[in-house]
Amino acid sequence: MLDQSYYDKTDEIIAQYGRKESSLIPIMQDIQGEYRYLPGELLSYVAKEIGIREAKAFSVATFYENFSFEPKGKYIIKVCDGTACHVRKSTPVLEALYKKLGLSKKKHTTDDMMFTVDTVSCLGACGLAPTMMVNEDVHPAMTPEKALEVIKKLRGEQL
Amino acid sequence: MIKTREALKEYKVNAIKEKDAVRCRVLVCAGTGCVATGSIKIYEELKRLCEDDPEVSVELMDHVPHVGVIKSGCQGFCELGPLVRVEPYSYQYIKVQLEDCKEIMERTIKNGEPVERLFYKMNGEAYAHPADIPYLAKQTRITLENCGNIDAESMGEYIAAGGFSALEKALFEMTPDDVVNEVDKSGLRGRGGGGFPMGRKWKQVAAHKDADQKYVVCNGDEGDPGAFMDGSVMEGDPYKLIEGMMLGGYAVGANQGYIYVRAEYPMSVARLKLAIAQMEECGLLGDNILGTDFSFHMHINRGAGAFVCGEGSALTASIEGHRGMPRVKPPRTVDEGLWGKPTVLNNVETYANVPGIINKGADWFRSIGTEKSTGTKTFSLTGAIENTGLIEVPMGTTLREIIYDIGGGLKEGSEFKAVQIGGPSGGCLTEAQLDEPLDFDSVKKFGAIIGSGGLVVMDQNTCMVEVARFFMSFTQRESCGKCVPCREGTKRMLEILERIVGGKGEEGDIELLQELADMICNTALCGLGKSAPLPVLSTIKAFREEYEEHIRDKKCRTHTCTALREYKINPEFCIGCGKCTKNCPVGAITGARKSVHHIDSGLCIKCGACKDNCAFDAVYVEA
Repeated sequence: MLDQSYYDKTDEIIAQYGRKESSLIPIMQDIQGEYRYLPGELLSYVAKEIGIREAKAFSVATFYENFSFEPKGKYIIKVCDGTACHVRKSTPVLEALYKKLGLSKKKHTTDDMMFTVDTVSCLGACGLAPTMMVNEDVHPAMTPEKALEVIKKLRGEQL
Repeated sequence: MIKTREALKEYKVNAIKEKDAVRCRVLVCAGTGCVATGSIKIYEELKRLCEDDPEVSVELMDHVPHVGVIKSGCQGFCELGPLVRVEPYSYQYIKVQLEDCKEIMERTIKNGEPVERLFYKMNGEAYAHPADIPYLAKQTRITLENCGNIDAESMGEYIAAGGFSALEKALFEMTPDDVVNEVDKSGLRGRGGGGFPMGRKWKQVAAHKDADQKYVVCNGDEGDPGAFMDGSVMEGDPYKLIEGMMLGGYAVGANQGYIYVRAEYPMSVARLKLAIAQMEECGLLGDNILGTDFSFHMHINRGAGAFVCGEGSALTASIEGHRGMPRVKPPRTVDEGLWGKPTVLNNVETYANVPGIINKGADWFRSIGTEKSTGTKTFSLTGAIENTGLIEVPMGTTLREIIYDIGGGLKEGSEFKAVQIGGPSGGCLTEAQLDEPLDFDSVKKFGAIIGSGGLVVMDQNTCMVEVARFFMSFTQRESCGKCVPCREGTKRMLEILERIVGGKGEEGDIELLQELADMICNTALCGLGKSAPLPVLSTIKAFREEYEEHIRDKKCRTHTCTALREYKINPEFCIGCGKCTKNCPVGAITGARKSVHHIDSGLCIKCGACKDNCAFDAVYVEA
């Protein structure tokens, strides 16, 4: 069970967009923005509040890649695997991060809930390929070594 | 408030006055690329230096020179960021670091002298001004005219640069039909990929005279990997996009506009939101704009990570709050689009062209580009090329001009192999097509599309089969699953491609790929599926021998495909230290101490641990 504060926050978000079908995606985005994931209970609640079927809400949430029912780490790292990054060797960057953090294609988030590593199809900074994004900051011209430096620095910030 | 035509004129006079009062303008590029390399810190440092210095002022004052430090949109030279330009001297500085700020302040801002060491250099020559740098000088910037030259967060700067004059002209001097006709006459074609004439779309929506509601929708869901032109326009000149959409609204009789922006572009969302808020506050958006009957309201929708939402009917479904799945057409978007109402749907770059057409006329627009593809096209130039970044050239410019004259040729040590154009819906152009003009129709002839304009240059180290597999894995993952040809067909094609790069290709695979491709192209429901096989078809056409080598000889000439690599030890370099034996996770390396070691290729899993850790470079890859 989520505590009441989650529902209060969700009410606030719903009020901002209005109780209509087209508000579903922005509401889910804001909830995820707040909690770094989309708790299933909240989605059922949203569906009821804005007057759509629960199945519909889940069908939409699972369609879009950005929504996650799994809690994500404090730092969400998206390694770009767009064409430009791919041809400029983004795969070794991803592999270095996976190795360092003990993650894989199946396991995206570290057990201490610090890091989530995902790939993304393009960050729009192709001129600086290969790139990766940590939360909303784009890091340019990555190498496996530079990526590990970033991790080290983020860990340092945490201490 | 700007509630009348006169008020807009007055606002413009003041905005220009304010701009002219600035003795020195320091434009710090704040495009996604330069922000990534740290331009915001440079901006803050330069601003702080100006604020702390008693000899200059960042406020408008009479007795000291006024310096404007501005965050501009993408200046285009992304790889060399952070970029700083100082006006009126027009000095372009590249790779500016924090410690350079003081020198820029002392020498350029205060004394108008250049800091030569920050100039762009090529072949031993330094270039002081953007107009001299071949990369920038050879472009024709229309869509991007303001991008990098104005403060992307200031409506005043946009108005001072002539912004909203097209809107003013349309509202007071033209009927909606005039606007539609002008756009139609200009020959402007959709820049999002299809190249459908914009004027025709607008005419069809305008023709729905008795519709109770119409919409103007902008597709900013630039999902093609390797393309960032639309993002640059949204974050570099958001007002221009909005003005283009408003002209669309006026022309077809719509009072609601929606921009659908990719979730991966947080800066575009922020700048658009700010622009809309500024315009709403002064009445340039809302009811009875400039005192006329024309009302227009803008909304922003963030995408949620589905490439297929770049398809028109999927995009409108997403705005409505549904799964972003395309539907069967007709009815088409112009007849039944968003919420079933007649809808104009174009992409960012297309709308950004409209203010220019209304201001300068269709004939002016037609004078640029080719007869059937008028105007300019923006491209994002990336890959194995010397100058990467955002460019804009007239339609019909050859690939050679783009790659060699503007792009500065390939990176050192690279040889040209192919250019991937049009992303996952496009194809590859090769040496033989270097001198062909790039326009909608000619590129189509070669089995590719201009698409939204991503140009990824590939060199001899790029494996074309792997590239085809890469794109197929992308479209396969992004297939929405609604129609069978796309859902199952792309999956099968991907399996075959994976088999080939994995060293398990079979005779007949190429023909099987072609057969599947033909079926998918002809039967898929939407553009995503129909064009998904194009990267495979075009690489088979141009690089068939590479496919054959993978299948028949189990060789990848570029050493890209891991499964086809063979690791060997050079007996001349190996001293028998035994390090590789220890590192090998599968025990494939044997050899006595102090004698040459050997890799058993049957056991080797090609992880490369031996090569990475050999201190004597004795391990090499044989293809």
